Amino acid sequence: MSVNATPTGADVAANAERSAGRHAAVPTQRARRGRAPLSENKKAERRLGWLLCAPAALVMLAVTAYPIIYSVWLSLQRFDLRFPDQREFIGLENYATVLTNEFWWTAFGVTALITVVTVAVELVLGMGLALVMHRTLVGRGIVRTAALIPYGIVTVVAAFSWRYAWTPGTGYLANLFGEGAPLTERASSLAIIMLAEIWKTTPFMALLLMAGLALVPEDLLKAASTDGATAWQRFTKVMLPVMKPAILVALLFRTLDAFRVFDNIFILTAGANETSSVSMLTYNNLIRGLNLGIGSTMSVLIFIAVAIVAFVFVKLFGTAAPGSSDDERR
Amino acid sequence: MATETTTRAKLRWGLLDVIVVVFALIPVLWIASLSFKTPATLTDGKFIPREWTLENYRTIFDTDQFVRALVNSIGIALIATAVAVVLGAMAAYAISRLDFPGKRLLVGVSLLIAMFPQVSLVSPLFEIERQLGLFDTWPGLILPYITFALPLAIYTLSAFFKQIPWDLEKAAKMDGATQGQAFRRVIAPLAAPGLFTTAILVFIFCWNDFLFAISLTSTERSRTVPAALSFFTGASQFEDPTGAICAAAVVITVPIILFVLFFQRRIVSGLTSGAVKG
Repeated sequence: MSVNATPTGADVAANAERSAGRHAAVPTQRARRGRAPLSENKKAERRLGWLLCAPAALVMLAVTAYPIIYSVWLSLQRFDLRFPDQREFIGLENYATVLTNEFWWTAFGVTALITVVTVAVELVLGMGLALVMHRTLVGRGIVRTAALIPYGIVTVVAAFSWRYAWTPGTGYLANLFGEGAPLTERASSLAIIMLAEIWKTTPFMALLLMAGLALVPEDLLKAASTDGATAWQRFTKVMLPVMKPAILVALLFRTLDAFRVFDNIFILTAGANETSSVSMLTYNNLIRGLNLGIGSTMSVLIFIAVAIVAFVFVKLFGTAAPGSSDDERR
Repeated sequence: MATETTTRAKLRWGLLDVIVVVFALIPVLWIASLSFKTPATLTDGKFIPREWTLENYRTIFDTDQFVRALVNSIGIALIATAVAVVLGAMAAYAISRLDFPGKRLLVGVSLLIAMFPQVSLVSPLFEIERQLGLFDTWPGLILPYITFALPLAIYTLSAFFKQIPWDLEKAAKMDGATQGQAFRRVIAPLAAPGLFTTAILVFIFCWNDFLFAISLTSTERSRTVPAALSFFTGASQFEDPTGAICAAAVVITVPIILFVLFFQRRIVSGLTSGAVKG
């Protein structure tokens, strides 16, 4: 995924070549307009390109870039909406407060745990589901339709379903592991939160992986099979290498998505028994506690954490960004 | 012998299919089952209701709380979807068709936003919207929804746009149409299926949101159903809201089920086409 702000030399050269090629194809037009048609056409194209992208770019920047900068500014202030007259600039004090706070680190640990476990399990299950959706001999439509339901369903709805399923008396799962209320203990609560997350997002992982599966040439699989490769060998030696880019994209998207976990925790435990994620903690400080300074500090810290994760992914794997491939522009 | 192996293989795949379907459907069936239970049997722990009732549905449609939230949900999601698809289509057209500096930057920025931790925006947006008077209004939710739906819209649409036979556009231009006219008259109708698919995906995204809905609203004025659900108290303070919550949950699940049933193929192709290579 190379996110380049400026076109590279090769880009410019390729553009020039393309334009030259196009104009060579319409020599009459070129002759009529004289010396400058190339740059004029190019300019019009640029202008249209900018014009078409401007609204989307403006909205995205106005709703993300500006607030993020603003939240850095807020994070440097003591700003509690319950005591607005005590608002003042205090430098990095909020950061010291948050980073020495045990609740923050507990929430951070919970978030990291949920992220690592769910993404790992989803990768395995998602690969299985992708194989079933892609290769099943019967009922392909039914399987795909069923798999899309967890993807499409409102997370809050699914979370309520899981919550009632584990509620003693009401739920069909409550007595699965003997008497007790699983959602009132930390370990079982976390397990249920992860179960709910995995149920909801495995299909998305599977769809991304299925896109990669579709790229595996059928001939190659047949050839490997003729040469005596077992199903497992075909999977690891033929499919996985071809699918690598798709796997990396799926992992990146799901990791960063898992890190935002909020809905399920809010409904299942509301963060009780130290099951808060960083998102949950930020929400509690902001909306329940009305502490904008601390809330913004956490916002900035989460942003930095996610940026680091994304950066590491990109540096390590250099995945190809969707839509950024230049070779098929025209 | 060949037929025997295929029958065996079919059986094996069929078994896997059943596992997937059961795994996917159980939580949905469970909440539907709860919504049809009478108050007396609600806590019997049975998966299938012993006594069926529509009382829970009657209750929620009688309360202003739910109906208002449903109107908010539908209105906000539809408007956000329409705007995001239009803006996304313009940008995606430019990205897939035109050469201009800054294109890669735009693709990069939208990728970053797709991965952006939404909670990081909640604190600043909360304060900004309070100052602008957007807090607890429809536009206050529509704006962040558009923002986070745009990357999805741009990717899916650029992928679709790349499959369109662009020679037709050239032909239109030869006949004297400008680039803008070629876009509106020739390409837009061809792109309609892609636009429709994208609209479904974006709608599902907006319909699903909980974090913004619960942080940037405070009253029934703009609270959407997912947020309202977490405030449900039942008809009176002492009544258990479980049945009502389940009924409301089923109501907002119905559109999703319909989309999935009717447009499974489109949704799958939309999600997979934008994913790996544009």
